[in-house]
Amino acid sequence: MKRTSFRRAIVPGVAVIALAAGLSACGAGNEDSGSSSDSGLSGTLTGEGSSAQEAAQTAWRAGFQGENSGVTVNYTPSGSGAGREKFIAGAVDFAGSDSYLKDDDEATELSDAKERCGGEDPVEVPAYVSPIAVVYNLPGVDTLNLSAETIGKIFNEKITTWNDPAIKQENPDADLPSTKITPVHRSDESGTTENFTDYLEKASDGGWPHEKDKLWPLKSGEAAQGTSGVIQAVKEGEGSIGYADESQVGDLQVASIKVGEEYVAPSAEAAAKVLAVSPRAETATDVSMAIDVDRTTTESGAYPLLLASYLIACQHYDDQATADLVKGYLTYVISEEGQQTAADNAGSAPLDAELADEANGIVSQISAK
Amino acid sequence: MSTTIATRDKAPRRRGDVIFAGIARGAGIAILVALAGVALFLTLEGFPALGASGAALDGAANFLDYVWPLVFGTLLAAILALLIATPLAIGVALVIAFYTPRRISGVVGYMIDLLAAVPSVVYGLWGIAFLGPQLKPLYQWLEEYLGFLPFFAGPASSTGRTILTASIVLAIMVLPIITAISREIFTQTPQLHMEAAMALGATRWEMIKLSVFPYARSGMVSATMLGLGRALGETMAVAMVLSASGVVTFNLISSTNPSTIAANIALNFPEATGLKVNALIASGLVLFVITFAVNFAARAIVARTERERS
Repeated sequence: MKRTSFRRAIVPGVAVIALAAGLSACGAGNEDSGSSSDSGLSGTLTGEGSSAQEAAQTAWRAGFQGENSGVTVNYTPSGSGAGREKFIAGAVDFAGSDSYLKDDDEATELSDAKERCGGEDPVEVPAYVSPIAVVYNLPGVDTLNLSAETIGKIFNEKITTWNDPAIKQENPDADLPSTKITPVHRSDESGTTENFTDYLEKASDGGWPHEKDKLWPLKSGEAAQGTSGVIQAVKEGEGSIGYADESQVGDLQVASIKVGEEYVAPSAEAAAKVLAVSPRAETATDVSMAIDVDRTTTESGAYPLLLASYLIACQHYDDQATADLVKGYLTYVISEEGQQTAADNAGSAPLDAELADEANGIVSQISAK
Repeated sequence: MSTTIATRDKAPRRRGDVIFAGIARGAGIAILVALAGVALFLTLEGFPALGASGAALDGAANFLDYVWPLVFGTLLAAILALLIATPLAIGVALVIAFYTPRRISGVVGYMIDLLAAVPSVVYGLWGIAFLGPQLKPLYQWLEEYLGFLPFFAGPASSTGRTILTASIVLAIMVLPIITAISREIFTQTPQLHMEAAMALGATRWEMIKLSVFPYARSGMVSATMLGLGRALGETMAVAMVLSASGVVTFNLISSTNPSTIAANIALNFPEATGLKVNALIASGLVLFVITFAVNFAARAIVARTERERS
């Protein structure tokens, strides 16, 4: 009796194991047949970093793996800081980061990255450029024009109702209600917040008295986790205003910001235009395209409230296979095709032709030691 | 003949005993090692943050200034959650144990247990998308009519993502723990005690007051403490629901709320580097110590009431 029950228990177990073994054999078989790829590239490439790049990385990975069937690309969107840290530690082949590498009193990331890359300057190329939209929830007000100064005062809680004279002056035709304004910010550290506060600091003429920061500097206001959290909070709260990656705004109302004398709505082209005219950062080298975004540009049709996210890699890798993979992947990402894929899937702004050419020149130099 | 059988029987059993004792002992030691490992890691990694100041601590002057608002938020959210959950859970447990026919009580008990199986992310989503918006009118009402109390000073949140909402979500999450343990203890009340109370002419409520509660008091305390432990450490639901600004305030209905240690770690760890990571880990150590103290206190209370009874 005991025996039968034991057998009854073990038979399905064995069957499951056999089935699993069979399936994994199938899987392995498929991989084997795929390794004879068209481009000759094969192996696994690992990257980590910016969560803003997540949607774009997914699209790039699919596109790159489609062209090179023997390649597996892994990208962990655990955040820019984590990505840079892992890259410096040598745990990943490349990093995605919302800010370029620099040395300051908090950390010596640039020097550390240099050390990781055998004493050579690390490669930094802009790969993902996305406008940040100012979203709001105000039924009946379909267009809203705001200057950086007004946005700064709203987020600094100095302008507290929608019918404030400052807003009225910029929107003479809008029927503004007396609803209380609820500014919504990110409760987690994020590159979006860093770029938004950088824009406010530089462009708001004192309307925003704080310095740029990854973490919201005010200890008040509505806070929400992640881009989706901000979108959700703005959607729920009438009279609220927030900032989020333009690709994620959905059907929320979007404000136009004042550039020069006109008001510009966020768009991929308008963001790409700003990047093209922005000066390089102090840390920029022959292989690093670190850019200080020109937040105060008056160029017609430009939208200076944007996030530029970089890919960080080394010029030389220890082994040929990794070097080829990094070079292949980064080349694809920067290519017209890669940038268009990201634009279609993640709503980013494709790089300007000139910047793409320069980035391509840098990436094509990546090789083995 | 019989002796040979006896020894033959005995030998394998002894081997089994040895193996079983070894496994059991190993499991016990493994837990201690894991706990010591966690404590050691938190202490070593958190230590550098104790001397830090400024940017790594989000602008706080020293670590104590940094962690205090978080401790406050953690305790406030957890205590509010318990204030809501404990009476509710004990009520539910009483209903299951004494007030419903066995068949129905089984179903209700099963439903409550099911609440424990819902992942906290789902509670978070529910809190943001459903509960928060539903509570908005309540918060506006509280601000208007009870605004003279510091708890409801407002301004009322326009999204409903307040510490009170987070506490209600937490309350629902700890409800199954407190209910399950209380129910177990209620059903263990000696039949004789209950019958004696009934025989004295007690109503059902008086019977519960006279025989069940005194018997179950230590169990109820430890159930509540376990619930408190869960509420203190809950991360995801709070991180999602709470609009946290890191302030110290008793205002429960505005969008400016204190954050909790666990939620603060979850929100800031992904982008943290260098000393900031140490600061987050050190705040984790503080949470570890608090939960440890809570459990220790629960044990002490249980032990004392048991001593008193015997």
